[in-house]
Amino acid sequence: MNLAKPRKLVVGTKANLRSERLGFAALTLVTLLTVAPIVLIVGYILVKGLPAISWEFLTGFPKNGMRSGGILPAIIGTLYLTLGTAVFSIPLGVAAAIYIAEYAPDNRWTRLIRIAIINLAGIPSVVYGLFGFGLFVIFLRFGTSILAASLTLAIMTLPVIISTAEEALRAVPSSFRVVSVSLGGTRWQTVWRVVLPQAVPGILTGVILGLERAAGETAPILFTGAAFFLPRLPNSPFDATMALPYHIFVISTQVPGMPLQIQYGTVLVLLAFVLGMNLIASVIRSRARARRQW
Amino acid sequence: MDTFQIEHLSVTYSDGTESLRDINLAVQANQVTVLFGPAGGGKSTLLRSLNRLNDLDLGVKVSGRVIFHDQDVLAATTDVIALRRKVGIVFARPTPLPLTIYQNISYGLELTGEKRKQQLDQAVEAALRQADLWEEVSDRLNDPANSLSGGQQQRLCIARVLALQPEVILLDEPTSALDPISTAKIESSLKQLKQDYTIILAPHNTQQAARAADFAAFFLQGELIEYGPGKEIFTHPKDKRTLEYIEGRYG
Ligand SMILES: Nc1ncnc2c1ncn2[C@@H]1O[C@H](COP(=O)(O)OP(=O)(O)OP(=O)(O)O)[C@@H](O)[C@H]1O
Ligand SMILES: [Mg+2]
Repeated sequence: MNLAKPRKLVVGTKANLRSERLGFAALTLVTLLTVAPIVLIVGYILVKGLPAISWEFLTGFPKNGMRSGGILPAIIGTLYLTLGTAVFSIPLGVAAAIYIAEYAPDNRWTRLIRIAIINLAGIPSVVYGLFGFGLFVIFLRFGTSILAASLTLAIMTLPVIISTAEEALRAVPSSFRVVSVSLGGTRWQTVWRVVLPQAVPGILTGVILGLERAAGETAPILFTGAAFFLPRLPNSPFDATMALPYHIFVISTQVPGMPLQIQYGTVLVLLAFVLGMNLIASVIRSRARARRQW
Repeated sequence: MDTFQIEHLSVTYSDGTESLRDINLAVQANQVTVLFGPAGGGKSTLLRSLNRLNDLDLGVKVSGRVIFHDQDVLAATTDVIALRRKVGIVFARPTPLPLTIYQNISYGLELTGEKRKQQLDQAVEAALRQADLWEEVSDRLNDPANSLSGGQQQRLCIARVLALQPEVILLDEPTSALDPISTAKIESSLKQLKQDYTIILAPHNTQQAARAADFAAFFLQGELIEYGPGKEIFTHPKDKRTLEYIEGRYG
């Protein structure tokens, strides 16, 4: 065999190359098509809503039948509801995920529970609202209140938190568990000192995504805690509260002669709230990925 | 003196694989006992039985007795946590925990409830010195453990076990992921360590087995074929299968 001249590396024939370019162009187009509506919506709301944003708008009370003034009660209300949801859903969700991922035997029951949790995530939010109304508002007599609404939102958020937390726990390499046990660790010590810290970023991401959804929902709080209009801030968990998503519904459909600017301004505030949480989740995720040791 | 007295030990995994069949073996204290043989012979299974790490695999059936300090390790009443502190294990791939160098060493002690800084500091330094790693890491104890080289990581894993002041150290192919120089370092540490500890080693190849063994046990498909002083096993094995294996490997 004679040694041939070094040949150029053949990547593909001309036809291959052309179809590859075509495919690439098509994918780019599809990507742009999906991103475009988001950019358009956010941009449109920014343009329309930004003029409404002022110190008074963010920190003042609604005046004039909500046709002027600020939206402070709705902002604070949404903040309270989100915090309330977090208080109930994080400990419960993480505990459930730890049980399922680290303790539960792999049998029919566990699988059934896992399927149930996945399916819970698909239930329409208005159903959660009615459930919360029946259980918390009526049966437990919490009334239309921040407490009832937070609990309802927490139940709605749980499936997301449990699934993502479970996934985050399972992603931690099992060799860490074996090592910890081989050094005389109990199962709980192993989970608490090694597995959980490694899973925290993943869990946080799930938590924030869940809370973000809770913050933007109208239906679950409609019957359980949302107030049409409150001239003051709520001062106990048993008070009803205004909230941004419901307030948007109200000023868009229930108040004649509503200035458009205020509507867009309110939407912008809710959007900023939700996207801000999303941003925090992304930062946590990318930082954790950079620091991860496995 | 015997540390482990293994009697009629059989281990079957949940899928029905009989990994060990009726093993009888007395492990001598302060010696290096080598478990060698072809892949799948049951060496790892035996090591993991000695500190009940097999418990982690669901559905493993273990029968027979493993006597350690006049007690059957396999008994349901055994305090497995205390057992694992006395019988440490080092795995084939270096497996530092996702913690700092210091925390990797202090981990086992902290699990016992030790919180006193001075005690921990002393134990960490002593363990690192014993594993011949102190000089290399003393100025970077708070760095992540996975910033160490593979060989250093494996010595860290040995130090981590030593920090608990065990009696027995099990090593399952501890050098299989390491270069020759790191391997030589670990082998020379083992020679030092056997003064104070009983060492049971599944070696990474036959040469290592021959170099390290005070006593050697040849395993073939779950059976103990031959057991005796390393010198005899590697020069005049009694069993034909042992001879074939050793010669095959020497080429
Ligand atoms: N967790 C497990 N589940 C099922 N079978 C297993 C498990 N671990 C090991 N086995 C089987 O048990 C037998 C002995 O395995 P073991 O790992 O003890 O052998 P070994 O001598 O350490 O081999 P190697 O030299 O490859 O490390 C093999 O047939 C293996 O497939
Ligand atoms: Mg093995």
